[in-house]
Amino acid sequence: MSTEPIEALEAVPLITEDPDPVVAVHVESRSTASKVFARLRLLSAPAVVFAGFMGIWYLLSWRYLPTVLGRASPPEFLRSIILPYPHDVVNVAFLDATNLGDLLSGLWLDTRLSTFGLGISITIGLITAIAMSQARWIERSFYPYAVFLQTVPILALVPLIGLFLGFGFSARLIVVVIISLFPIITNTLFGLKSADQGLHDLFTLHTKSRWVRLRKLQLPNSMPAMFTGFQISAGLSVIGAIVGDFFFGRGEKGLGNLIDLYANRLRPEELWAAVFFSTALGLTVFMMFGWLRTRLTAHWHESGEPGS
Amino acid sequence: MSEANGTALDFDRVGMTYPDGTESLHVISFGLDTGEFVTVVGPSGCGKSTLLRLASGLLKETAGAVRVDRDRLGYVFQDATLLPWRTVQKNVELLAELHGQDRDARRRTAEEAIELVGLTGFERHHPKRLSGGMRMRVSLARSLTLDPSVFLFDEPFGALDEITRNRLNDEVLSLFATRGFAGLFITHNIFEAIYMSTRVLVMSARPGRIIADFDIPFGYPRADDLRFQPEFAQIGARVSEALRQAYE
Repeated sequence: MSTEPIEALEAVPLITEDPDPVVAVHVESRSTASKVFARLRLLSAPAVVFAGFMGIWYLLSWRYLPTVLGRASPPEFLRSIILPYPHDVVNVAFLDATNLGDLLSGLWLDTRLSTFGLGISITIGLITAIAMSQARWIERSFYPYAVFLQTVPILALVPLIGLFLGFGFSARLIVVVIISLFPIITNTLFGLKSADQGLHDLFTLHTKSRWVRLRKLQLPNSMPAMFTGFQISAGLSVIGAIVGDFFFGRGEKGLGNLIDLYANRLRPEELWAAVFFSTALGLTVFMMFGWLRTRLTAHWHESGEPGS
Repeated sequence: MSEANGTALDFDRVGMTYPDGTESLHVISFGLDTGEFVTVVGPSGCGKSTLLRLASGLLKETAGAVRVDRDRLGYVFQDATLLPWRTVQKNVELLAELHGQDRDARRRTAEEAIELVGLTGFERHHPKRLSGGMRMRVSLARSLTLDPSVFLFDEPFGALDEITRNRLNDEVLSLFATRGFAGLFITHNIFEAIYMSTRVLVMSARPGRIIADFDIPFGYPRADDLRFQPEFAQIGARVSEALRQAYE
């Protein structure tokens, strides 16, 4: 059978429909400078909110609290405990080498905890979700326990975990895994199962291998949902690390231990700094996975627009 | 066996009843010879698409027999059903890849198919950036890589605007002329049916039966002005009348 192009087809220009690709190419070739500018404009709104927030903070600790605490004595001490000035936080917590050292080593511990924990969750979560997607009975048998992991109050498990694993790093790791596993399983499973029926028909017509279907259809299809799961779990893994610190305080001190310590010793500046660091850690992993998702899926996925 | 009598696809008293008891098709018999282009029109839900699912083997008939060589079967769905994460090139290569063709061979076949549907230059685009018409072209190209002897079309251009649809119809017809496959085409549109086909079958409402069979006397290649000939309108009126009865 001839596979030569037909003359009739060559004679007419066939592509007359869509100006879109041209537009898209045009957008891509925008200059770096204007990209930076667009980026800055994107950041300007949150910056204004931040400035406003700082203003309210200063206003509260400078005007409002002293009025409320007017009759207490000494009012200045109480004020600094309830709401220290932001610059005091910076001075005490960030510019003092000992305090900063404590905070940074706490941050480092929680970074390791959440990274390892998340790694374990991703591994277990992907394997579980893939197994569930392959057979209805596996899903029916294991899903209730995934839900159990999600709903059991972590506090209730603390004594059990302590009995089995002691009160060190591995106990904290388990807390991270328990807290961050579920969103990975559900989101990945949803992604694996949500491939278009037409695409499934296409694969049914042309292959018998479930492995091929999984690798070439279901796994790529699940990527956006999978990364949404990773992203949610990344945020949760940091929460898990801090919570784990609280319960399993032996050995190295994490940010959770420091928060506990600073609260008991009435050291509000350091307390605020510890909160800041833990939030920054959560935000960083969250944004990292968001960035990764955009990188990997925005060029083909309908909802993924670059820069979102 | 299909080579011997020239019949590429044969429906022999085929019935289809779903497990829930819904009878979709009721004793359908017709043959499709190589070089024939048969279009089926009928009310929504009459089982037109079921015909194609039976022909392709996606569904198994509950009565009678469907005979076809499924190794060289092209099937264009209502949607383009492209893998959104693959480029045009990789989408067109998919079927050859699933059939285990080696990399070089499938790249060549895909390039030829892409050229045939006029998408050269768009190989590296993702479906997201293509128009509906272009996506259907990619889908067409993908099926062409298997060099089908029977080509099934399930209302492939129903979602497109009229101009794009007419244009794609002409392209399918030129492929039909050069490739010499047997075509089975499903549509709602009487004029599209007549324009494309050597034969038009009209189906009744569910359970689907064939209630009328029209030979279309025009030769190929067909040009756009055929749509405005008196004979074309006359056949259109007869098919339309048959279709009206299908609803009763």
